[in-house]
Amino acid sequence: MNIEELQKICLEVRRDIIRMLGEAGSGHPGGSLSAVELVVSLYFSVMRQKPQKPDWEDRDRFVLSKGHCCPLLYAVLARCGYFPLEKLLTLRKLGSPLQGHPHNLEVPGIEASTGSLGQGLSIANGIALAGRLDKKSYRVYCLLGDGETDEGQIWEAAMTANHYHLDNLCAIVDRNRLQIDGETKNIMQLEPYNEKWEAFGWKVIEIDGNNLKEISEAYAQAENIKGKPAVIIAHTIKGKGVSYMENRVEWHGKAPKKEEEEKALKELR
Amino acid sequence: MKLKSTRDGYGEALLKLGNENPDVVVLTADLGESTRSHWFKEKFPERFFQIGVAEADMIGTAAGLALSGKIAFVSGFGVFVTGRVWDQLRISVAYSNANVKIGSTHCGITVGADGASHQAIEDIALMRVLPGFTVIVPADALEATRATVAASKIYGPVYLRLGRAPLPIVTEEAEVFTIGKAQLLKEGDDLTVIACGVMVKESLEAAKVLKEKGISARVINLHTIKPIDRKSIINAAKETGAIITAEEHQVMGGMGSAVAEVVMEEYPVPMKRIGILDRFGQSGKPDELMKEYHLTADDIVLEAANILKRK
Repeated sequence: MNIEELQKICLEVRRDIIRMLGEAGSGHPGGSLSAVELVVSLYFSVMRQKPQKPDWEDRDRFVLSKGHCCPLLYAVLARCGYFPLEKLLTLRKLGSPLQGHPHNLEVPGIEASTGSLGQGLSIANGIALAGRLDKKSYRVYCLLGDGETDEGQIWEAAMTANHYHLDNLCAIVDRNRLQIDGETKNIMQLEPYNEKWEAFGWKVIEIDGNNLKEISEAYAQAENIKGKPAVIIAHTIKGKGVSYMENRVEWHGKAPKKEEEEKALKELR
Repeated sequence: MKLKSTRDGYGEALLKLGNENPDVVVLTADLGESTRSHWFKEKFPERFFQIGVAEADMIGTAAGLALSGKIAFVSGFGVFVTGRVWDQLRISVAYSNANVKIGSTHCGITVGADGASHQAIEDIALMRVLPGFTVIVPADALEATRATVAASKIYGPVYLRLGRAPLPIVTEEAEVFTIGKAQLLKEGDDLTVIACGVMVKESLEAAKVLKEKGISARVINLHTIKPIDRKSIINAAKETGAIITAEEHQVMGGMGSAVAEVVMEEYPVPMKRIGILDRFGQSGKPDELMKEYHLTADDIVLEAANILKRK
């Protein structure tokens, strides 16, 4: 799929996210919007998948470690055909499979339940180890939030991925530099960040995470790295695409009101 | 009598499973030898994953392996594979319904000299509140082997509570282990002692002493705490009219509490829960500690006399 086609899908997914959150009255727009290009690119031009057969054993796997950004994943899965688009507006409602944080038993295409931060990379490691044991060629992708990497378990998992030379694993850090309480640098200093990952034995690929061309090249580069895991440090804009949300910490975890939703949808055309 | 620990029974079962089922994988966090999972490692190194001293990561890695079709046995000390990683067990394992089995060794105060930091006495309470978890407490090494094999044959998270201390064998070699089906070890009419783990042996000894005193005690090995065998408990309440529970665990939230929940709802009779009374463990020899914490056959005999007065 070419860049223009991917751009169109990104726009639709951003509109889905806004509509879903508007309807739900709660949720996490900032980190969903920042990672749209990263996840759309994966699902529409990188990962091998069969949406009609979500448990296809040779599929590439995606683990959303930053589970609160599931509106993005739900929208992408629906647009891939894992479930009907109409379901999206049931987000966070009683009885809906689209829980506030992802639940693997409810939604086809969700590999593991997440939502408690810091756990996804360990799960991705386990999936990657199983793939190697089974002599499968599938690849495993894991999306982390930058604030999420405050969690100690991430660094335990980072050591394990290096120890087992998991070159079938690619982590992506959505480096939007904001977390619930403020800027990452004020909440918990992550820098020197690339050096941390490198010191843990990872190949670091640093890109503009809202740039589809750079993203596509980064995934290709990651796939060719042998003997060690790769991490894409993707610099993004939190709330990307909605002017009043961009780089604004208060849009981490609240839904747009009706008029805000309309304004956002006007911008997303 | 030959003594053998339940962790040994677990390690032997892993070896057996390794031969029988290529999907069985084993993980540990720097405790391969202590948990007896190193026996599996020697035979099946490619299916053994050393994670280092990183229990949270171990649980997540096990979940990932399990969600990819493996039967993942996590081996560690009770304190480190329950409370320390409870949130990982809750979300990555239980909520994801991952086919992970927790081989939890060094449970209870019979750990001995290592003291409170290494004695899991809250683990049954912590694990039985997680939806989807099966909770099993084998009474001897033979039962530990059977329970481990049985755990591999059902889909879903299982917690196996195991100990370090060598114990006498109280079950039969040919016994069939059915998850959720309590084992009636001794018939009796005057009261019932429901026990699990190391306390099964103490209960059998107590029943002998009681018999000499003319008291007929039923003894039940409640090896599965969840799903609990309601029928056996209700029958015991109806037929003997008094129930004592005995566990090497805090009385709050443990096996005795689980039994009390059934008795209270279905057929209330006088009950007494024997266990650890809101204290931490401490260093000492296992038998010294069992006396200090009132977890002996003598303590069961004493409580039997008391409870009969309440009938």
